[in-house]
Parts: sequence; structure tokens; C-alpha cells
Amino acid sequence: MTSADTLEPPRLSLGVFGWLKKNLFSTWYNTVLTFIALWFIYTVLSQMIVWAFTSARWQVITANLRLFMVGPYPPDQVWRVWLVLCIVSTLMGLSAGVFGGTMRTFARWLAAAYATLIVLDVIAEQTQPFVEFTRRWSTGQFMSALPGIVWLLINLALLGGGWWIGRERAAWRGRIVAAWFVSFFVTVALLQGFGRDTWLPEVSTTLWGGLLLTFMLATVSIVVSFPLGVLLALGRRSKLPAIKIFCILYIELVRGVPLVTILYMTQIMLPLFLPGQLRIDNVTRAIAGMTLFTAAYMAENVRGGLQAIPLGQIEAAHALGLNEALTTILIVLPQALRMVIPAIVGLFISLFKDTTLATIVALLELLGVGRSVLAQAEFMGLQTEVYLFIAAIFFVFSYAMSFASYRVEEALGVGKR
Amino acid sequence: MTASSSSRAIPFWRDVRVLTVLSQIVFVLLLALAAGFLYSNLSNAMRERGLVAGFDFLERESGFEIGESLIPYKPSDLYARAFLVGVLNTLLVSVIGIFFATILGVFTGIARLSSNWLVNRIAAVYIEIIRNTPLLVQLVFIYFGVFVKLPPVRDTLDFGGIVFANQRGVFLPRPVPSPTYDTWLSFVLFAIVGAFFLWLFLSRHPRYRYTFYPLTVPLAWFVILPLLGWFLVETAPLTLEIPERGRFNFTGGIALSPEFSALLSGLVIYTAAFIAEVVRGGLQSVRRGQIEAARAIGLTEAQVLYLIIFPQALRVIVPPLTSQYLNLAKNSSLAIAIGYPDLFNVGATIANQTGQPVPVIMLIMATYLTMSLTTSLLMNIYNTRVQVLEK
Repeated sequence: MTSADTLEPPRLSLGVFGWLKKNLFSTWYNTVLTFIALWFIYTVLSQMIVWAFTSARWQVITANLRLFMVGPYPPDQVWRVWLVLCIVSTLMGLSAGVFGGTMRTFARWLAAAYATLIVLDVIAEQTQPFVEFTRRWSTGQFMSALPGIVWLLINLALLGGGWWIGRERAAWRGRIVAAWFVSFFVTVALLQGFGRDTWLPEVSTTLWGGLLLTFMLATVSIVVSFPLGVLLALGRRSKLPAIKIFCILYIELVRGVPLVTILYMTQIMLPLFLPGQLRIDNVTRAIAGMTLFTAAYMAENVRGGLQAIPLGQIEAAHALGLNEALTTILIVLPQALRMVIPAIVGLFISLFKDTTLATIVALLELLGVGRSVLAQAEFMGLQTEVYLFIAAIFFVFSYAMSFASYRVEEALGVGKR
Repeated sequence: MTASSSSRAIPFWRDVRVLTVLSQIVFVLLLALAAGFLYSNLSNAMRERGLVAGFDFLERESGFEIGESLIPYKPSDLYARAFLVGVLNTLLVSVIGIFFATILGVFTGIARLSSNWLVNRIAAVYIEIIRNTPLLVQLVFIYFGVFVKLPPVRDTLDFGGIVFANQRGVFLPRPVPSPTYDTWLSFVLFAIVGAFFLWLFLSRHPRYRYTFYPLTVPLAWFVILPLLGWFLVETAPLTLEIPERGRFNFTGGIALSPEFSALLSGLVIYTAAFIAEVVRGGLQSVRRGQIEAARAIGLTEAQVLYLIIFPQALRVIVPPLTSQYLNLAKNSSLAIAIGYPDLFNVGATIANQTGQPVPVIMLIMATYLTMSLTTSLLMNIYNTRVQVLEK
């Protein structure tokens, strides 16, 4: 054998059988496990598929789709919700173009979702919307006359258009972040309206419901609890004992009790705490409870970020002559908050799921709508279908958000810089 | 000289020492003002609506039924006793839930790390589905979609002739002590005490400390002694009472209500998914170098697991595990959605009946707080022990 007889490099690819052997049948007990797992998957899946396609009555979902989405929101005002969706689509498209990465993945998913809904709508093909359309159009209610499929097409177009416009405009990053922030207030104003006789009649929050309410509860609570949480976190690390003790007490008190008790408390005690002439509705009370609750958890997350700032940063800032307040605002917080973005997304996901507890204080969010649908005589006993549908909606959004959080974590290089 | 001149140079409103005191005084004053404002509103509102503060209502007769209770309870009992029933029910479901969630969670966490691709995927799908859907939806699904829809008594589901399930709940066999039970119990007690001291001795012994003996010897002692006792006494100390089908329902054995079963299984399935992630994170946190080094000095796979991986993983696992246990206890308050009479459910009923929500809410929150703080205290003690052992 000469040195010229070089061995071939080892094969990197295992092939199908190699893969099977390595991952499923490597040892005798792995083989046994594989067969048990296969049997398990077969039993579960076959039963579920048979049920879903034969005995399940999905009409309960299709017949109540509007209720599930917006609850008791007045049908002739639903165009506002569509308009809000248009804003989101546009911003999503622009973000996908400008930021790329995760946002692009999201925009793709959203586009796929719109396309699926459009196809489903075409397949369902009911003549009803057209009759409704001509009736409303002739009476001058142009906005509410548009059928859902048109709105979906508009949304798809806006998504694509935003993407196309945003592609080569990396300089817009700041503006888009600002736009997302502003859109939050625009959304609330648009959904709520201004007064009885204005062009945008008021829709009281008691009429909000379904997925819309779920999103509003979670978003408003997280946005309001953010500044509270930052203040509490700073207070907990403060050198002033009075402030420190107050913050610790608040955080530990809230974290020691379940969210339901806090919701129940704000539901019953908030009206008692406010001066007599001030009345606040159910939804606001629930938002107050969720905000107070989330602020404590937000504070703990932010504190984690604050603790991770090296002392050298603070000492350097002091050496430059910055005082405590400026050091905190200019040096500590920007770094700490960047670090806790994934944790805040995680908090948002759990808050998003926890909005279901609002059902217990009689709000008509997604789960509440589900229960009221099940209370109708014609849909009795369809719990499996309704709750599976609700669970699926929650799963899609939570999973997408945790995926985004994971990607953001990678992009920010948390723990690497 | 320099000190006095510098202190003269700084006016008091820029002196840090003055400012710290001043800002705290202002903060406390503001807090007191806010509290006073809220308190006056509260007392006004309570007077207007005829609500009274204080806990006098606890001494009155409750007058409502509670579906299930660990202690004897009837509607003519006091509100205080009704509340106690709720507290005990919460504790019951939490303790049993924690036990089973830990087992299922550790099992799933290890399955998630399995080299078998299918097992690994099944665990991953389970974890992702459960973690990304709300617990309340899972609970109502399990209760209304599964337990309420079980067949009626005449078509009871039969699991091997000892466990039964129908619309009325789940029925398990119950161990019943026989006359020789007391003699056997002394064997068991001796086994427990002996095992504890054996463990104490061996885990500190310089020679056996880093072997399997601190685990295996007490365990063997703990298993063998009760077995020995079982055969030494004349008749079996425990007999199983199997539930029997009566005319309308099962009698004998342990009867679990559908509410309890649904709440327990919901909490276990939900928390186990989170515990699985904690366990996986803990096991993965042990650096590869540690494992390779252990193999290099000739430890067997079991020794690597027991002596190298577990002690280090445990340090990472315990703190988040504590918060999962606390979450389970707090999440048991969702029982109100399916009608299990836990602390919060009973509390809400009391608040409705007495028309005095304020003190009742205080009582409920104080109880949960006590439970949370006690648990975290105990787990902190355990945690410090685990951390110290490592050094």
C-alpha cells in the first residue's frame, strides 16, 4: 500500500435507511420504543381524523365566525375592524420590506393566511353577501357594504404593496417603529369612535368581543404595564429604602396571588375605590387588573436586564459626569431593555393566553364568545368543536410569537455581545 | 478646611444626602395621600352601599352546599368552616397535582432528549401544543368535552375491573387497613426512619459519599423492611376495596368527582409541559466537557448520570421548578370555571351570599399569599442546600 492509496472521505449523508437505523432502530429498546410510539401515533391520529371528518359538526364555527372574531361589535361598524386590519397589513408589509428576517417570514405567513381565507370564501361561495352588498350600497352605507372577500383582497394587496415599497428603504426603520406605536392609538380611537352623532359613532367597549377583545386586552395591558414595570424595576434597585420597600412589597404581593383574584378585585373593588361620579366599564376594569398584574412580572423581567449591565458601564458614565438619572436613561435602560425584549415577548404570550380569564368576570372575549355560542340551543353539546377551534387560534398566535421571540433573540445576539 | 468649603459650595437642593431623605419623604407623603384618597372613597362607597368592613360574617351560618369536602361540612356550619373547606380543597388538588406533574414532567423532559426521533417528536409536539394554548381552554375542554361526556352509569367504562369512569366521576379502589395494619405500620415507620439515617450517614461518609450507596442502600432498606413486615404478620395488613356498582352509582372505593378529576388532569397536563422544559434545560445545561471528563476517568454511564449530571442539573432545575409548583397552586383558582369548590370558588360564593366582597377578597388573597410565601421559603431552604452541596 502506497501513500497514494488515500482512503475516501467518510460518507456524510446516511441515506434513508442509515437515518432510520440511527434515529429509530439503533438499539433493541429503541426499536421497541419506536413501535410503541408508532402505535400511539396511529391510535390518536386515526381517531382524531375520523372524528374531524365524519362526526364533528364544524357548522358551529362557520355559522358564528363573526361572533368569534368581533363578538357583539355592531355588524354595520365591522368595517372599522377591517380598516384596523388594513393598517396592520400595511405596516406588516412595510416592516417585512425594511427589516427583512423574521418580519418577512411573518408577512409570508400572513399572506398565506389571507390567501387561504380568500380561497375558502370562494369555495363557500354564498350569494348572500352580494344581496347584502347591493342593498347596503344602494342605501349609501358604502363602507359596511364591502363583503369580507374584498377586504381580504385589499389586505393582501396592502401587504404586498407595503413590502414592495419598503424593500430598499432601510432608512425608514425608525419611522416604522414609530408608526407601529402610533397605530396602537389610532386603532383604539378607530374602534372606540368619538361620539353619538359624529362620522365615527361611539362603540362602547362593552360591545367589543371575540378575538378582537382578546387582542385589545393583551395589547393595551402590555403597553400600559411597560412603563409601570420599568419604574417598579428601577424602584426595586433604588438605594432609597422607602421606595425600595414599596416596590418589593408590590411586586411580591402581586406575584403571590393568582390573576383571577386580581381580576375579581378590580371588578368589584375598583368602582369602590374611585370617586362616586366616575364610572368605568367592565372591559376597562379587566384591563386595569391585567395591567396591575403584568406590571409586577414586567418589573422582574426588566430587573433581570438591569442586573446584567456591567458595573463598568455605570462607573464610566459617572466618570463622564452624568448624574444618576442621566446614567439610567442614557446608559443603563437602553442596554437593559434591549436585553429583555425576548422576555417581554414571552410575557406578552402568557398575557395573551391569560386574557381567557376575563371570561370568569363575564367578558365576551374569545372563550366567552365560545361559551355563549354553546349556550344556544342549536349548538348544545358541541364543546369539542368550539374549544378545539379556540385552542387552535391561540396556538397559532402564541406559536408565531414564540417563534418570533426566538428569532429576535438570535438577531439581537442576546448574551453574545 | 476643604470639607467645609465644599459643603458650603453645594446648596442643599443639590446635596445628595439631603435629596435622598427629601425624595423619600415626598414619596411617602404622596403614597399616604393616594392611600388616604382611595380609602376615603372606599369608605364612602361602602357606606352608600351598606357594606361593612370586618370579619364578623365568618361567625354566621353559611347556608350553602359544597359539592365535595375533606372535612365534614353541612350548610348549617359557619362561613369560617366553609372557607376552610375551600382552602383544604385547593391544597388537596395542588399537592396531588404537583406530585403527578413532576412525574409526567420529568418523564417528558427526558423523552424530549431521547435519541429516538419519534419519541423526541411526540414529546415536542405535546409540549408545544400545551404551552401555546391557554390553561382555561384546556380545562373547559377536559371538563365539558371529556368528563361530562363520559357514558352514564349503566354504560360505565371499566379499566381492568378495578378502575371505573362514568358521568358521575372516576372510581378507584381504596386500601382498607385490616387488624394487623398497626403492626405493619411500625415496620414502615422503622423503614422510613432507618432509611433516613442510613442516607444521612452514607452521604457524609468520606468513602461512600461519591458512590451509589447513599442512594441504593437506604432504598433497599426502605423496600425490603415493609415487604418483610407484610409477610411476617398473619393476614395481609391492607386489603383493596374495589368500587361496586350499585343501583344508581358506585359505592365503596375512592370516588373522584368529575370536577376534581378534570381540574387535576388539566393542571397536571399543563404544568408537566412546563416542567419538562425546565428538566430539559437543566440536563442540557451540564457542559459536555463534564460528561466527557467523567467518561474519561472510567465512570459507567449510570455513574455519569447519577454522580455528574444530576447534581449539577438539579442546581439549575430547582428554582424554576419552584415557580412551576407555585403556578400550579395559583392556577388551581381556575376551578371556578368548572365548578370545583376550591378556595377562590368558595370565597366568591361567600362574597355573593354575604354581600361583603371586600373582606372576603382580602381573605382569599392573604391565603394565597401565605401559601406562595411558605412554598418559596421551603424551596429556598432546599435550594441553598443543593447549591452548597455542590461546592
